[in-house]
Order: sequence, then structure tokens, then C-alpha cells
Amino acid sequence: MMWILGSLVFWALAVVLNLYLVRNKVAGAGFIVPVLFGITVLVVWEGMVRGFNVSPVLLPPPSWVGVALVSKTHILWQDLVQTFFKGALTGYFIGCGSAVLIAIAIDRSPFLQRGLLPVGNFIAALPIVGLAPIMVMWFGFDWHSKAAVVVAMVFFPMLVNTVQGLQASDHMQRDLMRTYAASYWASLVKLRLPAAMPFIFNGLKISTTLALIGAIVAEFFGSPIKGMGFRISTEVGRLSLDMVWAEITVAAILGSAFYGIVALTEKRLTFWHPSQRKQR
Amino acid sequence: MKSILPILTVVAAIFAIWYAFAVILNAPWAYSKAERADKTLSFSEMVSDTMAQDKPLLPAPHQVAVEIWKTTALKNVTSKRSLVYHGWITLQATALGFAFGIGLGIILAVAIVYSRVMDMSVMPWIIASQTVPILAIAPMIVVVLAAMQVDDIVAKGVISMYLSFFPVVVGMVKGLRSPDTMLLDQMKTYSASPSQAFWKLRLPASAPYLFASLKVGVAASLIGAVVAELSLSQNGGLGARLLAGSYYGQTIQIWSALLAAATLAALMVFAISAIEKVTLRRMGMAQ
Repeated sequence: MMWILGSLVFWALAVVLNLYLVRNKVAGAGFIVPVLFGITVLVVWEGMVRGFNVSPVLLPPPSWVGVALVSKTHILWQDLVQTFFKGALTGYFIGCGSAVLIAIAIDRSPFLQRGLLPVGNFIAALPIVGLAPIMVMWFGFDWHSKAAVVVAMVFFPMLVNTVQGLQASDHMQRDLMRTYAASYWASLVKLRLPAAMPFIFNGLKISTTLALIGAIVAEFFGSPIKGMGFRISTEVGRLSLDMVWAEITVAAILGSAFYGIVALTEKRLTFWHPSQRKQR
Repeated sequence: MKSILPILTVVAAIFAIWYAFAVILNAPWAYSKAERADKTLSFSEMVSDTMAQDKPLLPAPHQVAVEIWKTTALKNVTSKRSLVYHGWITLQATALGFAFGIGLGIILAVAIVYSRVMDMSVMPWIIASQTVPILAIAPMIVVVLAAMQVDDIVAKGVISMYLSFFPVVVGMVKGLRSPDTMLLDQMKTYSASPSQAFWKLRLPASAPYLFASLKVGVAASLIGAVVAELSLSQNGGLGARLLAGSYYGQTIQIWSALLAAATLAALMVFAISAIEKVTLRRMGMAQ
């Protein structure tokens, strides 16, 4: 009873505090308010799980997850290296890199572009994760097959975005390049690639989550005895859900950090774009 | 219509590449079979063998087409071997999850547009929620929900919902905020109540945004249902076909399930664009 009441009281207090912060436009509210919301969710979760005696097999309290995070760091780290650095990142770089190169290659043929955009858009909407069992069959159990799944997943979103981006510079700008007697390559490097940057980064950002998903899901179809997907599926089988939630936490932090790094790079490289300028 | 020819060219190129890879990938197995039978293969024999293996590394497109034809048209729809049967199971879970996702998305969007606290506290978490690889943890959620005696289809729907509510929230928030100050002031001069301003201005104005996000959402929703079925495979579904195919090395079956899922996704996106066209024309918003 104490736990339930306590968490409800905390919830009410947090809501009042957030209302106060927003009403009075306190400095730093943009940071404090969402953090407070997150903490409240954790507290209510902890209180409800303890108060209602929910079996830890169904839903472990967050404190258990925290303990698992701290005490099993070496296992989590080993899984992270296997899944993220070996599988996801390799695939991400190969997939995004080849997509950009191919987009530049077909850039000279409007015919191919007109055909590729709709087809690419269609393929980007398909459940490509389904290729995972096939890739595992082709490339074996180790991280190579995971990288291959990631390549297949990020390729088309990236290709479509880059092709669209390369068309983003307008006629006036291209005509200006022509009056400078700029060669195809000069206008590509100095005008059209920079103009495509916001689109390319959009693709890169979408691909961060796709890469992580692809690498983890591919591990369900066979993997060596490490990796986040492997750990999640085996620990579910052993009913130690605190470890599963710890892996999920790592994946969430990793996903957000990966996305954040790409977004930060975007901010540095496309500072000129209207969406990146400071709001006044 | 002038883009028909380029599209066909690209599709034809994809098929050509597919055939080429089928030959390259299946050739070693064809050669090793011939070696054990003490035969030598000419190039054309090798090519025709790679097109007709039982469990090829990469089945040729026509093998997949034959398999799809066999498992849809020639099988009874209620048979467990029929792709239509499995597709229907997946479609139900997708539709349920999509409906949940639309509902949750619209409710959240309205709350975010009308309450500054919601906007500031929930919006960052909604964005962060999508960087969590939910597909990867779907099996666990499905198992936990199943342990809580929730119906299977609901468990699958939850995963679909999680993937599809995000585009709806983002699109609806943009759409509900799309009427500019002029229009909102106009409503004020009519002395419209807030609820009238919502039903007569904001909600209609958000329709084009809603449809754009529905198209993204329905594809995401299908992916969610397929992945959820990987861990709830006892009841069938396209995901279960994928898993069974991967256990028994039935590559043709995997590819036909994949293509069936792709067709399903295409049909649903197509259906939504058709509804979109009719609705927007009725509302006088069609370009």
C-alpha cells in the first residue's frame, strides 16, 4: 500500500511542479520538464510493481534493471561490441556509402532517376527485416550476416533521399554554375552535393535506428553466443527479465546516442539550412 | 504516366540482377552435384540446373512465382499451407495494431497541441521512443503479454501500434498546428468556441497530414506484425512462414512469404491513397 500511495503522491507532485515550470517559463524548463516526466514514469513503475507484487518474471522493477546494468557490465559491453560495432556500424557505413555512390552514378540519367524513385520508395516501405534468415543462411552466424541485413535495410531509404537531394538545387543556382563555366564535377561538388546535405542527413538519421534494429533482429535467426539479440532471446527463455530490460536500456541509450551524433554532425555541416538556424 | 517506361526498366533490371545472382550463388551446388554423379556440366546445363534446385541459396524469380501460385490459387484458403490463410492472420493483427496506433496517435497529438505541459514533457520522449529498436525487443513483449493471458492478436497488435503511432503523432501535431493565425483569428471573430475551432478548422486542416502519415504508419504496422509473429509462430501468419522456412532451409518458402508481405504492404498503401484521394476531393483539398 505504501508503495502505491507514495508513487501516486510523487506523480501528483511532479505534475504540479511541471505545470508551475511551464506556466512561469522558468529558465531551463525545456530540459527539466521532460527529465522530470521520465523520472516520474520510473518511480510510478517501481511503486506499482512493488505495491501490486507483480511477479519479476513479468515486469521487473527499474531498480533491479539498474542492478543488472551495473553488475553485468562486462557481458553487456561484449554484446554491444558484437552487435553494434561489428554488425550495425559496418553495415551502416557500407550501406549508406554505397547508396550515396550509386545515387551519384545514376544522377546523370534522368531516365533511371524517374524509374528508381518510385521503385526505391516502394522497397523502402517493405519489411526488409524478413531478409534476415536468408542473410544468415548466406553469410553464416557471425557478424557478417548482421552487417549484410543492415546494408539491405539502410540502402533504399538512403538511395531515395540522396537522389531527391541531388535534385534539390534550383534552376537559378544551376544556371549560375553554368555561367561560371563549371564542369559537371565542379557543380556537383560545389553546389549540388552541399544542397543535398539536408536530404542525405535525413536518410542517415532514419538509417541509425534501422541499423540497430536490423543487427539485433538478425541475431534471432542464429548468432554466436554473444550479441544483444542473442542475449535478449536466451534471457527471455531463462525468465531473467531484468537482464533483458538491461539490454533494452543499453539499446535505447545506444540508439539515441547514435541518432544524436548524426544530428549533431548535421548541425555542424548544414548550419546554413533554414531548419538549423537559431530561432529568434 | 510518362514514368511508366523508366519504372519498367528499373524493375526489369532488378529481375535481371536477381537471375544473375541466382546463377552465381547456386552454381557451386550444381557443380558439386554433378561431380558426385561423375558428370561434367556444360555452361547451359549448369544454368538450367541453378534455376530448378530444390533448396537453392537464391531461388530464381519464376520458382518463387510458381510457389506463390501453388500456395494461393491452388490451395484451399483455409488450409494451413495457403499463403492467403497466413496473410489473413497477419492482416488482422496489422489492422488491429494500426487502429490502436491511429487512436493513440490522434489522442496524443490533440493533447500535445492543446497542452503546453504535454508538449514539453511528452514530445521529447515520443521522439526518443522511436530510437529504441522496438522490433528487436518485440519477442519479449509478446511473450510477457502472452503470459498475462492477453489474446495473441492483441499482443501482436501492441507491437504494430508502437511502430505506427509515431508517424501519426508527428503528422497530426503538424496538421493541427497548420492553420495560421489569420484563420484562427477568423474563428475568433465568429466567436467560435474552442471546440468549434477544433472540429471546424483544426481537424479538417489536418486531413492531408494525417493521410501522409497513415501511409508511413501502415507499412510500419505490417512490419511490426510480421516480426511479432516470429515469436508467436504457433498460430501462423507470414512471420511464422518466414521462421519455418528458415528452420527447414526452404528458401523458396521464405521468398514467397516475403513477397506476400510486400504485396500486402503495397495493397494497404494503395488502399489508403485511394481513400485519401476521394476524401480530399470531397473536402475540396485536392490539388
